Amino acid sequence: MDVGYIELAIGAILVSNFVLAKFLGFCPFFGVTRRTSDSVGMGIAVAFVMAMASAVTALVYRHLLLPTTPEHTNLLGLLGMPVPPDGYVLILKTISYILVIAGLVQFVEMVLRKNVPALYRAMGIYLPLITTNCAVFGVALLNTEAWRDPANGLPVPKAAFNGLCGGLGFLLAMILMSGIRERLAESRVPKALQGLPIAFICGGLMALAFMGFTKLFGITG
Amino acid sequence: MTDLILTYAGASAIVLLALAVFFGVVLAVADRFFQVKVDPRQARIEEVLPRANCGSCGFGGCAAYAEALAKGEAAGNLCSPGGPAAAKKIAQIMGIQVSEFVPKVAIVKCQGSRENTLRRFRYVGEPDCRTAAATQNGPLACPYGCIGLGTCVRACPFDAMVFDPGTGLPRVLEDRCTACGTCAAVCPKNIIEILPKQQYVHVLCRNPEPGRLVRQVCKVGCIGCKACEKACPVEGKAIHVEGNLAAVDAKKCIQCGKCVRVCPVSCIGDFRPLRQGADKDKPAAQKVA
Repeated sequence: MDVGYIELAIGAILVSNFVLAKFLGFCPFFGVTRRTSDSVGMGIAVAFVMAMASAVTALVYRHLLLPTTPEHTNLLGLLGMPVPPDGYVLILKTISYILVIAGLVQFVEMVLRKNVPALYRAMGIYLPLITTNCAVFGVALLNTEAWRDPANGLPVPKAAFNGLCGGLGFLLAMILMSGIRERLAESRVPKALQGLPIAFICGGLMALAFMGFTKLFGITG
Repeated sequence: MTDLILTYAGASAIVLLALAVFFGVVLAVADRFFQVKVDPRQARIEEVLPRANCGSCGFGGCAAYAEALAKGEAAGNLCSPGGPAAAKKIAQIMGIQVSEFVPKVAIVKCQGSRENTLRRFRYVGEPDCRTAAATQNGPLACPYGCIGLGTCVRACPFDAMVFDPGTGLPRVLEDRCTACGTCAAVCPKNIIEILPKQQYVHVLCRNPEPGRLVRQVCKVGCIGCKACEKACPVEGKAIHVEGNLAAVDAKKCIQCGKCVRVCPVSCIGDFRPLRQGADKDKPAAQKVA
């Protein structure tokens, strides 16, 4: 079953929002959302990393991990190395994805530091945290799952698009949360709930609200 | 079987190594290409700063101040939370003269407690001084007075302010105050000022209206009677009444306290007993009616 671009977009942004439906990527969601300006910068960085990571990991999946099929060849097989009948998927998937994502985020950090120093300073420690962000790793894994596409996972352009939309959904959730938190800062919150506890409660309520998007247009994604 | 596993394991290792080398090369090249020249002194300065990111130095956070210092664009004694220790270390790192660090503290320039002042209306809404001040210019009869909803107390990043429920006024715990200026920034009436600790005498009122109008709204507001000015022994007077409001000239004041004693409404505060340990728990002004 071929997944269309619009289906991917609605699925990743609304129906299966990475933060509010899949519960991935809480670290920046609760850490950076005290100010809307920081949230927007962080969300855009995460979207960018997710798109790039999806693209590169999809490439790695199809051409390094999967065994050779009529649609694509395994580069290792091409080089004459032994490839198990099911490919290297089970052995190397996790570790190679992490390697790829870590390298990519380092690269993004360098580019930001040189070209947009204000954003680099604003995000501070949260930039290296995108490396271990389960949302980024999650989208890479989800793109290459068999349920997406019977044999091969999503093709590279669709994988990248899905990653981008996942990031946009992340950005949406963060903007919503920061709007709420900026108002919360001026409200009378009980001492025991101040800070993170009330933020979690709000996040939970937002997740409940987003449940309203379940099976929107028949999309389960 | 073992052969197969070993060859697969070996092949996996080679794949990972190849990936690692590939990314290593990419990053090394990128590092050269995207190099940002950072002054090593900047990192060392950042380490000696308190990292509170309070902004009292006037820069957007400790990193920004460290950058400005490394470039030589800032004075070394601007960090209030860091205090003289930080100023000294900055001077050491930058190789410049130690600038004299002036310890400062936040002073709340209003004594309009619930007993002393009138309210125009009962404010029911968000318990924040800023929103109260935006509502018809605040619930106090005196438009310059402390609204007493505690926004400054909550804003203090060092827990150096407490709200006195008896008077309805905020109180500065001078031992903990780092003069970062956060409270002064959030007060919608600009009642809090950051002033040097060596100045003990302050006029605790900001209402410049004529005396009879002030008396209608507050028992301890400055009425501009000039008794303080007349009592001041300093040549050229260290306290002046301008536009019905007295103000101390810190450069001339000798901290004798004569103005404090003659003020008929007791609106001038003497912070000496507070700071020199005699009555650390009592409010600073002589009389709180």
